[in-house]
Amino acid sequence: MHEMALGQGLVDALVEQSRVHGFAEVRAVKLAVGALGHVEPDALAFCFDVVSAGTLAEGAVLEIERPEGTAHCMGCGSDVTIMSRVDPCPLCGGFRLMITGGEDMKIRELEVR
Amino acid sequence: MCGSCGCGSESQLTTASGHSHSHPHAHGEHDHGAAARVLSLELDLLAKNNAIAAANRTRLQAQGTLALNLMSSPGAGKTTLLVATVEALADRLPIAVVEGDQATDNDALRIRATGAPAIQVNTGKGCHLDAGMIAHALDHGIAPESGILFIENVGNLVCPAGFDLGEAKKVVVVSVTEGEDKPLKYPDMFAVADLVLVSKRDLLPHLRFDMDALVANARRARPTVEILTVSGETGAGMDVWLAWIERTRAQLPDAA
Repeated sequence: MHEMALGQGLVDALVEQSRVHGFAEVRAVKLAVGALGHVEPDALAFCFDVVSAGTLAEGAVLEIERPEGTAHCMGCGSDVTIMSRVDPCPLCGGFRLMITGGEDMKIRELEVR
Repeated sequence: MCGSCGCGSESQLTTASGHSHSHPHAHGEHDHGAAARVLSLELDLLAKNNAIAAANRTRLQAQGTLALNLMSSPGAGKTTLLVATVEALADRLPIAVVEGDQATDNDALRIRATGAPAIQVNTGKGCHLDAGMIAHALDHGIAPESGILFIENVGNLVCPAGFDLGEAKKVVVVSVTEGEDKPLKYPDMFAVADLVLVSKRDLLPHLRFDMDALVANARRARPTVEILTVSGETGAGMDVWLAWIERTRAQLPDAA
């Protein structure tokens, strides 16, 4: 359940940002979790609720965007979108895909006061 | 009207929760009770771990230590393989091991029985090693200069995949008893592997196991991954694995 560690990491990052940007409360957090990222969004949301209790982010609304995975197919040379690391190339059916995007887990936007 | 928080000239602020409080500040220089604002960021959720991992990597490279992060499901044979590896390398190179488990120091004791130093990290409820734990182990001087530091991660094919420890290479161990579809079931783990080490090959005669399918499945998760088969029990394939270690060590930027 590494989502607990990631949820704690998120709260730590919010506390650090509150010092940088001078805010006391986080009301909403917008994350981008790539379709190929190492995290289950529902589990992360659950863990965030748990670990943010009693912090400046207690009760904050968590919104998670899912950028799609992108890859370069070494078989047909196309740049394609995929939903899983073991998907075949949607154009040629080959499996030699180099992932080019959709692995990141980023904090995109905060609503604070 | 106050430009920062939108309060009126009567100096009353209505907060989100509906209550009012007096607001006798001098306009122009206040920072409490501010209106909600939106901050745009591009902050990696793993930034903290990755920064510590980068520092670990710098420390390890500076002293010419090759660090390998070994990951697998529980029971894949990592420790048996490590004991055999340490015994084979110990007269040539300084070797040390960081053992990650939720509990017990059984694995560290098995390594220490070979004469090599080992630090046991117990993660408690944690399901993976993180870069901070390795930084702590490095603070204790575990990394051998111009040698090899093996990091045996917590037995888990999910969580350790996302956590950079500062290692030079990630090695995923999968035993022949686990089935050839493991890479399809746990693609995140196999996607980060630099080397897939197929263990317990001495058991192949007793199993229905399709090695070609395992290789194909591992390469679906990572097309360029190297794959070797070994047995820590009989020593079969150990020479190729040891040669891979030597080759990888020779590629270190600051290899001694």
